[in-house]
Amino acid sequence: MTLKKLLVGMMASVTLVAGAAQAAELAIVSGDTGTGLAFLRSQLDKFEAETGHTVTVVPMPSSTSDQFGQYRLWLAAGNTDIDVYQTDVIWAPQLADQFLDLTEAAADIVDQHFPSIIESQTVDGKLVALPAFTDAPALFYRTDLLEKYGKSVPTTWAELEETAKEIMDGERAEGNQDMWGFVFQGNAYEGLTCNALEWVMSNGGGQIVEADGTISINNENAAAAVDRAAGWIGTISPEGNLAYQEEESRGVWQLGNSVFMRNWPYAYALGNGDDSGVKDKFDVAPLPAGDGEGARSAATLGGWNVAVSKYSTDPEAAIELAKFLASPEVQKERAINQSNLPTIEALYDDADVLEASPFMANWKEIFQNAVPRPSAPTKTDYNEVSSLFWSAVHNTLSGNGTAAENLELLEADLTDLKGSGW
Amino acid sequence: MTTETMSTAMAAPRRAERSELMKQRVAAARWFLLPMMAALAVVAGWPLLRSIWFSFTDASLTDLYGSEFIGFGNYLRWTVLESGTVRYRGLLVDPAWWNAVWNTLRFAVISVSVEAVLGMIVALVLNAEFKGRGIVRAAILIPWAIPTIVSARMWGWMLNDQFGIINDILLNLGLISSKIAWTASPDTAMTAVLIVDIWKTTPFMALLILAGLQMIPKDIYEAAEIDGVHPIKQFFRITLPLVRPALMVAIIFRLLDALRIFDLIYVLTPNSVATKTMSVLARENLFDFDNFAYGSAMSTLLFLIIALMTILYIWLGRVRFDGGDR
Repeated sequence: MTLKKLLVGMMASVTLVAGAAQAAELAIVSGDTGTGLAFLRSQLDKFEAETGHTVTVVPMPSSTSDQFGQYRLWLAAGNTDIDVYQTDVIWAPQLADQFLDLTEAAADIVDQHFPSIIESQTVDGKLVALPAFTDAPALFYRTDLLEKYGKSVPTTWAELEETAKEIMDGERAEGNQDMWGFVFQGNAYEGLTCNALEWVMSNGGGQIVEADGTISINNENAAAAVDRAAGWIGTISPEGNLAYQEEESRGVWQLGNSVFMRNWPYAYALGNGDDSGVKDKFDVAPLPAGDGEGARSAATLGGWNVAVSKYSTDPEAAIELAKFLASPEVQKERAINQSNLPTIEALYDDADVLEASPFMANWKEIFQNAVPRPSAPTKTDYNEVSSLFWSAVHNTLSGNGTAAENLELLEADLTDLKGSGW
Repeated sequence: MTTETMSTAMAAPRRAERSELMKQRVAAARWFLLPMMAALAVVAGWPLLRSIWFSFTDASLTDLYGSEFIGFGNYLRWTVLESGTVRYRGLLVDPAWWNAVWNTLRFAVISVSVEAVLGMIVALVLNAEFKGRGIVRAAILIPWAIPTIVSARMWGWMLNDQFGIINDILLNLGLISSKIAWTASPDTAMTAVLIVDIWKTTPFMALLILAGLQMIPKDIYEAAEIDGVHPIKQFFRITLPLVRPALMVAIIFRLLDALRIFDLIYVLTPNSVATKTMSVLARENLFDFDNFAYGSAMSTLLFLIIALMTILYIWLGRVRFDGGDR
């Protein structure tokens, strides 16, 4: 280590003599899925060529819950090995103390981004992270199958159920025993919170905890929405869906074994890859709406950001890296190669982007329906709130009690957790 | 009479001499043990004491050092409502905790029992003389040699409901009619975890038992054979009693391991209430939920439960670690 430092020091002094900026060794952690890591590497190579810094990627498991546990541990221990963290949109309020304030560094670029996203990363006036891309899920559907059975794209969950069932039965009768109607993320983890929030919200059942902190989850519309989803398991969705995260559902979908899938935009580019069984056979639409009062299509707001650890040994270079990853150039590449949604409004009208991912034009509409998870009102309790919620939903999906029973218990648990205030 | 006095007279100084020597030896042993005790105190004792300390505070990960002492609040606290009803809160009345305790105990008892029986069978087979015994002995250790994370991932894919090989084999054999969601369904999640754990640790059990089997002198069996004792009777009357000390030690090692099971479950069925064990729940509270003190209380109780189980086991099974029965 000392030798390494010495070498770095020597190299640095050489470059200093040469008149160039000091080269830093940086490390970034990322739990990206699919081809995300390879893409990140290709961008970092550019960064290295531009600045002379070297950047190491530390890969992490793709489950956001797993990543969060690890990051929290590292940050609590004041880990200096990691300079830049890729952070989920919901983490800002929980990790705000451990990251550097980027308000000043990013003053010149914040205006390019969607204000709502910048706001989600601002905690008590401190800009915790810069947005790298945003995310809102969509309904992926098989154009070839819908055409074959003369069906239109479902706009309500009831239509989806009906269409899925009919096509699934038809395809099975023709010999494809592995055919399913709908796959989503049903494992007991953060992803289920996103899925279930959409069911509940699209059925007029509120958003678990409202912006003012009131616990709203125990209502009839919410219960009806969760009960409906429980009815899918074993009928239009495989029972194994209870253990699926994003990648497992994409696995089933990309083998051509499902009519519909709820997933994030990253699955679009991968689904059109050369090794995909559904290449050019699918399209995306906003998620269906429910039929309760106030029902509308709802999409959970996701997205990833880059934050700089306050324990970084070279904060200046680290901030430079964070700004690079949030820059329009990288976001454009990302949109084209990874079908990740840019957080920069202007890119939605960019010709190159729209040519590579024509579906992005529709995403403005999905964006308008985007629902934030209740991470802002519940603050540091968010993870526990989310865990209680996904457990209640997972119990219902697995057949342990009805939605009404489980949501009533959930309300009691949340009230206990809230105590005198979040 | 004279001889007796003489022998006592001679024995007395010899005993004194021996105890002098013993004293020296004990003193030397203490010095030799000191580095190990110091190392243990640093890597095991200190963290343990700190965890116990944290369980009596309101510590959170973001502010570990600014915590305040709150007594037994994390374990049990109560508030009296205006109506006069008493509401209890804390770990001792937390259903999630007792569910985890139940899961852990169930897992430990079932896995260790099955592993003991299977391990015994494997050990008996390996103890017999046959061609290629060396290779088989080495091969059977492979599951034990694979890191748990790797084997858990591997089994996770094998048990996958849609593209897993287990379902494929069972379907082709006609044993099941539809694909089973092994790790997803709460009915089969625990079974899946048990299968993987048994697959992984039976070799360890077999190895320890095999060591015990090889200590049994061959001539006892020869004598039994001459007397015409049935092989099954030989097993229960000769093998089992003689291998018992080794078996008991093997079981206690496994039991300690099983009671703090974490990695396998964390990888295979994370967050499933049907398989959440004490360690998994403690980690979740420590790091995910920012309930550092509450998680520390769980760790402390986990420690106490394991200690209690071990004491019970040693007491009931009359295990002695210096070999032989009490």
